[in-house]
Amino acid sequence: MAATSTGVVNGALIYILTFSILILFGIVFTMVYFAVRYRKSRNPVATEIAGNKWLEALWIILPTLLALSMFVYGLTGFNFLRNAPSDSITVKVHARQWSWLFEYGNGKKSPDMVVPLGKNVRCELTSDDVIHGFYVPAFRIQQDTVPGITTQVWFNATAEGSYDVLCSQYCGLKHSNMLAKIFVVSPAKYDDWLKGEPIELAGAVQKADEKPGEVLLRERGCVSCHSTDGGPMVGPTFKGLFGSKVRVITEGKKRAVTADDAYIQKSIVDPAADIVEGYPNIMPPGKDVFSPEEFHEVLEYIEGLR
Amino acid sequence: MGETVGTAEGYVPFYADKTKRPGILGWITSTDHKRIAMLYLVSVIAFFIGAVILGLLMRLNMLIPGHKIMTAQDYNAMFTVHGIIQIFLVVIPAVPTIFGNFFLPLLIGSKDMSFPRLNLFSWYLYIAGAIIAFIAVFSNGGAVDTGWTFYVPFSLKTSVNVPLATFAVFILGMSSILTGINIVTTVHQLRAPGMGFFRMPLSVWGFYATAWVQILATPIIGITMILVIMERLFGIGVFDPGKGGDPLLYQHLFWIYSHPAVYIMILPTMGVISDIFPVFSRKNIFGYKMIAFSSLAIASVGSLVWGHHMFVSGQSDLAGIIFSLLTFLVAVPSAIKVFNWLATMYKGSIQIEPPFLFALSFIFLFTIGGLTGLFLGALSANVQLHDTYFVVAHFHYIIFGGMGFGWFAAFHYWLPKMTGRMYDKKTAVVAWLVSFVGFNLFYFPLFVMGWEGMPRRYYDYPTRFNDLQTLATVGSVVLVIGIFLMIWNLARGSLKGEKAPANPWGGATLEWTLPSPPTSEDFEEIPTVTTGPYDFSHREKTE
Repeated sequence: MAATSTGVVNGALIYILTFSILILFGIVFTMVYFAVRYRKSRNPVATEIAGNKWLEALWIILPTLLALSMFVYGLTGFNFLRNAPSDSITVKVHARQWSWLFEYGNGKKSPDMVVPLGKNVRCELTSDDVIHGFYVPAFRIQQDTVPGITTQVWFNATAEGSYDVLCSQYCGLKHSNMLAKIFVVSPAKYDDWLKGEPIELAGAVQKADEKPGEVLLRERGCVSCHSTDGGPMVGPTFKGLFGSKVRVITEGKKRAVTADDAYIQKSIVDPAADIVEGYPNIMPPGKDVFSPEEFHEVLEYIEGLR
Repeated sequence: MGETVGTAEGYVPFYADKTKRPGILGWITSTDHKRIAMLYLVSVIAFFIGAVILGLLMRLNMLIPGHKIMTAQDYNAMFTVHGIIQIFLVVIPAVPTIFGNFFLPLLIGSKDMSFPRLNLFSWYLYIAGAIIAFIAVFSNGGAVDTGWTFYVPFSLKTSVNVPLATFAVFILGMSSILTGINIVTTVHQLRAPGMGFFRMPLSVWGFYATAWVQILATPIIGITMILVIMERLFGIGVFDPGKGGDPLLYQHLFWIYSHPAVYIMILPTMGVISDIFPVFSRKNIFGYKMIAFSSLAIASVGSLVWGHHMFVSGQSDLAGIIFSLLTFLVAVPSAIKVFNWLATMYKGSIQIEPPFLFALSFIFLFTIGGLTGLFLGALSANVQLHDTYFVVAHFHYIIFGGMGFGWFAAFHYWLPKMTGRMYDKKTAVVAWLVSFVGFNLFYFPLFVMGWEGMPRRYYDYPTRFNDLQTLATVGSVVLVIGIFLMIWNLARGSLKGEKAPANPWGGATLEWTLPSPPTSEDFEEIPTVTTGPYDFSHREKTE
């Protein structure tokens, strides 16, 4: 069991599965038995039976009781899943086309989630653009992220390791690429990580020679739409961008602008203001994506992409 | 009433009626309910074949992870267009418009529907909706990529032609409402003397219950689609959170229609199955009233369960709990029907003919679809399975395995009456076997993948699902071969098959008293009904 919620949901799944197999077997057996036993060659004349009140009452009452028991089983688990304990660590989860960003209480931002083993973690979910689904199959938790409102989900991981975070609500072109990881580590390692000390995460993306700006672009999800090597993606590439003339559409009018640092900053904070010709207007505004220092690193990196 | 008209003097089948205009005009301007049914038959089958091919292409795309035969944009457009065609152009209209139009008047002893011209107009609306949908697919911006659910705010932001596609759905909804009005009125007004409500064949109960849902629920999707169009064109801000709108409101409005729509799909088929079981068991249906009332129960309670599509959407937990409870309650009438069908076989004299083979496999597939619905209705289990392949498998078992195989059963049951010719029964059995095996090979692995966390609408997938994905793709190819074999056999049988007798299965309902195919007039004299629909004592099979 990867989390306490895994066992809770599995209980309901197994309960319903057991009865489903029994019912399916019963129906198929009865159907095949009747078809063989009462075939015309063996039973040339049918016996008229128009109904049987007691039998029909029985198969109204029994399925109703069984269905209600399943409802109650599901409800009990749901109550557990929906009510985060008050001592939970809170992590803010931002979803956007097509990446995840996890923000911790001390301001730390990460493209993957790191959580301490055996602690209650409450996720506050929101979306910058369309509806996404925060789905961790191993933990049996799922909750949509909806723009304009905050939803929540919680878990308590019970085994160290890395677990997939998937987007479960269809969100466009790269829906199936909108992935992240949850790393479950010991509480001591978690504290180190939160303070910014490097820790080893099994299965994490490791790139030793990355520049700080490059790390930021990857971690904040920019490169899921913008390439750094000139390759075609949903958004314009960063390669050769700095200092070039960009043809944009501003309030419906075409014009050319020079991609200087002011342009790049505006494109991040208010991307709908100047839309590069030939690209869709889908990037959500990112006022707080980078701090001023971080933006400086990003700019320096983009300048270097010739 | 015991005699059957074979080839009496002056008998002219409806399709050869010289009083109608010649050629295609005679078809597209005729208000004969049988000709309108044939118009629907040809158009629905054409769309069905198209959507099946799209489905097959998507499946081939999933054969090997990382190796793709199309772009992600094409894949997204394909599952959207597949969904729109199958739901709005095939599954919803298929049984009421083809078999309802053709047989409802015959089953209740009437010469036509209440509003013949409205009936023809419904077909024109249907074709208009289809044409608009196709223009939307090929207009600038590319095919719609929102999924058939058009969830906001994605559908408000995407660059493709959403307004036109949603307008097509609006028009198709109008067509569906008019069909519903026609059916309700016909059942109330045009029953033959002696045919009380409880002497109606159960298929008529199915059409009747469905028609009420069509009339009451469809306007909501119409209004919702108009709101999406207004939002796209004028930015009215009902759904867009950036303007203070509520994306969850859209989901509620969408599912208030689209969940009952599932019952629009399945109820008429359940009715047809209720007609087929007694005929091939040679005995009265077990618990007639219970089956009739369960159709009404499904239609009414089924209108109050839409929120089970939204357990993890962000709707309130209390709403989720109430919707879950109602969902479990609506499972009961479906279970009742299955038990009654099985009990009908008890001490019968059973003949396994192609229609009954499809009806029996309907029970198997629909039961799996229904039982897996219990997982999705349970709040905690739903959290794991929502928006995964499990859901895809569940609704394909219900809609394709249930409604689809029931629809195929109806074809094998009634097509000889419609065309006057019998298909090849051996080929029909082979096509059934291939389809049935292919269906389960295709869709059952999807349950397993969904259980393990494979989300739906994914263009690519983790390699750990490779084996099951491959198995499903192989199954899909087998299924498509089976379906095409079936369609070929039915088409060939309809054109070149042996002449079908008036009553090939020994049915006791009124349509079997007419020649195959019926004349334009249907009944020369309106019959007087003295017995129930499944009283076989006075009815003989003709060879």
